[in-house]
Amino acid sequence: MPDPASLDLNRRDLMVGATAAAAAAALPTAAGAASAAPAAPVTAKVAFTVNGERRELDLDLRTSLLDAAREHLHLTGSKKGCDHGQCGACTMIVDGRRINACLTLAVMHQGAEITTIEGLGQPDNLHPMQAAFVKHDGYQCGYCTPGQICSGVAVLDEIKAGIPSHVTADLNAPMQVTEAEIRERMSGNICRCGAYSNIVEAMTEVAGRRA
Amino acid sequence: MKSFTYERPATPAEAAAAVARNPEAKFIAGGTNLLDLMKLQIETPTHLVDVNGLTLDAIEPTPEGGLRIGALVRNTDLAADARVRRDYAVLSRALLAGASGQLRNKATTAGNLLQRTRCPYFYDTAQACNKRQPGSGCSALDGISRGLAVIGASEHCIATHPGDMAVAMRVLDATVETVDGGGATRSIPIAEFHRLPGDKPETDTTLRAGELITAVTLPKPPGGRHVYRKVRDRASYAYALVSVAAVVQPDGTGRVAFGGVAHRPWRVEEAEAELPKGAKAVTARAFAGARPTHDNGFKLTLAERTLGAALHEAQAPGREGVRP
Repeated sequence: MPDPASLDLNRRDLMVGATAAAAAAALPTAAGAASAAPAAPVTAKVAFTVNGERRELDLDLRTSLLDAAREHLHLTGSKKGCDHGQCGACTMIVDGRRINACLTLAVMHQGAEITTIEGLGQPDNLHPMQAAFVKHDGYQCGYCTPGQICSGVAVLDEIKAGIPSHVTADLNAPMQVTEAEIRERMSGNICRCGAYSNIVEAMTEVAGRRA
Repeated sequence: MKSFTYERPATPAEAAAAVARNPEAKFIAGGTNLLDLMKLQIETPTHLVDVNGLTLDAIEPTPEGGLRIGALVRNTDLAADARVRRDYAVLSRALLAGASGQLRNKATTAGNLLQRTRCPYFYDTAQACNKRQPGSGCSALDGISRGLAVIGASEHCIATHPGDMAVAMRVLDATVETVDGGGATRSIPIAEFHRLPGDKPETDTTLRAGELITAVTLPKPPGGRHVYRKVRDRASYAYALVSVAAVVQPDGTGRVAFGGVAHRPWRVEEAEAELPKGAKAVTARAFAGARPTHDNGFKLTLAERTLGAALHEAQAPGREGVRP
């Protein structure tokens, strides 16, 4: 969770912000009041841990967590598909939870622990989920795959943590790893090549290995 | 996305004051709806007030035997809370029927209540939309309106409230708690929280400028069988064409609210007296005065059948919410 005291807007932009705030305060508060939009992009510093490494960035406030990773940290494993939270290609694991990195501002993640596909495994040391995707052909073109794998890892953790889903028959009984559960929980990750069946097989294998 | 300034206030009242003094400011919590709309320049706040640092993320028992759900409780955590699963299963079920796992991990209780419509004409900035641009007209009226409202709409707007959670909150008689910039608190019954569009479709709720939701309170558990049944174009990750939240008691009485049919969760308390007679009798009362478009009359039939299926599910032996 961001620490309010840690917000560090840069000097130029603080002045822009202060001007905007003063202008807003002087205006009538009716709808349709003149714009108090900042004249220039406002930047702020943010620091978080990405794949175990502390990173500090000075970013335009509008930068999504996805763009911060891809454009500023050059971690291009996470993909931009729709950029609107509909496809799941940007899925990262932030503070232990999978999220759509395209629909959150980087600056909102001060102090966060972020894991991208690059942090799950490396080419010579694959994460078990990566290895299972290779073994079961859980992809074709590969574009959605980093998001699928990050989501898949988090889904198995969610089941293990007892978080129910839409297809869980009994909300108050222990969760099971079933094909129906995997398909429902993975519905936020779209694969236009249609590798879904193989993704289910890969996840089922990893879940079995863990059990 | 338009440029904006940004702050992280230390208290709810400070957050409310920050938005109250700037008509172009917005609160941001999960951000999953707001940032989507900002990218499309449907929302263009010039200042964002990030409330994520406020400690409004607890679920606590109330002295009345209910639950007080902090505004920042994430949808995943609310759906998974053991007390909610046991005593308010319709709420867990509604949450789990909505969005995707990634979005539920981010989306908050208050933000979910405040999400904007997914009417395609609201989203398409090349189209007229009174909700997006007051006075511009409504392209949906003569457009593709299959997913839009069948009741409670106006000649200015036929958008629906898109959420599932609020439908369950409505059937549970939740109360929305707020604070304003002066520190004054207010309790708004959920029935009075979402508006009908009338001639001000740009205003979704009865919140005042800068008023911040701090919690949603549930009264003591209603008992009975809890069912949330959602009908949509895909099996998962789609908005409701029609949904039904029902709490049904052993004697056949109960409560029912519908989603996907109106600008707010649709509950007609007088219609609930018909529950022992079955779905047809209830929907005849609940949807009296409905005015479907050329495209969405099917929703009236679907509402009756979905309620019928929900009542059947509620009477089936076994656990809560067992689906066929």
